[in-house]
Amino acid sequence: LPGAKSSVAGANVMEKLTAYKDVTSYNNFYEFGTDKSDPAENAHTLKPRPWSVVIEGECNKPGRWGLDDLLKAAPMEERVYRLRCVEGWSMVVPWVGYSLSELIKKAEPTGKAKYVEFTTLADKAQMPGVRSGVLDWPYLEGLRLDEAMHPLTLMAFGLYGEVLPNQNGAPLRLVVPWKYGFKSAKSIVKIRFTEKQPVSSWTKAAQQEYGFFSNVNPLVDHPRWSQATERRIGEDGLFAKRRQTLMFNGYEAQVGQLYAGMDLKKNF
Amino acid sequence: MLHPAAKVVLFVLCLLPLSWYVYGAFADRLGANPAETLIRGLGDWTLRLLWITLAVTPVRTWIQQPALARFRRMLGLFVFFYASLHLLAYGWLDKGLDLSEILRDIAKRPFILMGFTAWILLIPLAATSFNRAIKALGAPRWQMLHKLVYAIAVIGLMHFIWMRAGKNNFAEPAVYGAILTVLLGWRLWKKVARGAPR
Repeated sequence: LPGAKSSVAGANVMEKLTAYKDVTSYNNFYEFGTDKSDPAENAHTLKPRPWSVVIEGECNKPGRWGLDDLLKAAPMEERVYRLRCVEGWSMVVPWVGYSLSELIKKAEPTGKAKYVEFTTLADKAQMPGVRSGVLDWPYLEGLRLDEAMHPLTLMAFGLYGEVLPNQNGAPLRLVVPWKYGFKSAKSIVKIRFTEKQPVSSWTKAAQQEYGFFSNVNPLVDHPRWSQATERRIGEDGLFAKRRQTLMFNGYEAQVGQLYAGMDLKKNF
Repeated sequence: MLHPAAKVVLFVLCLLPLSWYVYGAFADRLGANPAETLIRGLGDWTLRLLWITLAVTPVRTWIQQPALARFRRMLGLFVFFYASLHLLAYGWLDKGLDLSEILRDIAKRPFILMGFTAWILLIPLAATSFNRAIKALGAPRWQMLHKLVYAIAVIGLMHFIWMRAGKNNFAEPAVYGAILTVLLGWRLWKKVARGAPR
């Protein structure tokens, strides 16, 4: 899956890429198990084709999009983003996809649309982890409409120039690089425009710990651990020092204005 | 069971997990996040060895092999050994041996405090594990002291549960909890049975 180098500001981080092997073998994708190695082991049962995404809610052009139409909806770009997990580790991943805004524009959200809710696949037959009660399935995530419209918010279909491996959220996933990784929903089946703020799965599971915004912020700790530093996967082996976590994961120049005047401690 | 080589075999067996991690660290076989693998793996083995130590008495009663008791000390000392490596790996790989950083972390994260407390409580047990200490303390007092191991097991389990609570991932702690319930429940049942009139 080729993509042209993106011209979006901030879309080409000049840092060493995390090895393909690590990007595709160290994953949080609870639908396939809770261990980091589970998705790579179990996700072969996911069938990324045929696939369709329902677009509905507060928009003038709702409908069901087939994967082939989604792939053609806008030109593919390669974007190198930092990925920061809420657990305190990070990667640098070359994704392939296009801005989610391209898709949103085609759906023509109405004036009532304030948020976008993403529903991901929850199929017991394809996803062994869905039988466990770890989370309330299906996995739900949400963004404010202006966040969803931001050019950095990526609808990804591939990584490292290839079609997305199943364990990384095939056939299409969200990548919101300035938010903790769990905000970037994988294997999306529904996109819904809403007036009310959606309740994402992790917020539902632990409201005090996982807020709606979940912007990467070294100054706002998770209630149970510090978010000031992170471990870059694959960097300098066992004794590598942890890195300082950057405000908005280093995308402050691009996205800071979205949160101007907001109390980020309260709106964590 | 009484074979002189038995202790040597057990000693080697107890060193196998560590050997694997040392080999894995040098051969780059510890996965994408080797520090996490090492820290968590050493913690897992601390709990497993502690559970095995606690299983010695029920098992020796069950299979009527009182001689099994002679392995308890070594097992217990390996629990302390792995717990210390676990703490060292955390302090070194996660916190860069920065003491103030570690203290902040202990204050911030109750589960770290739990683990640290369990390690502190292991110290007097390890320090009084040799024969002279038993004599010096007197058997009853020594036994009282070593009952601390039950508290340590519970605190260690809480440390594990709390660590996993962040991501709602309780499957493994549940297994450890079930086994510990059996191990401690058996002792309680024995005690009640002994005290009951016949």
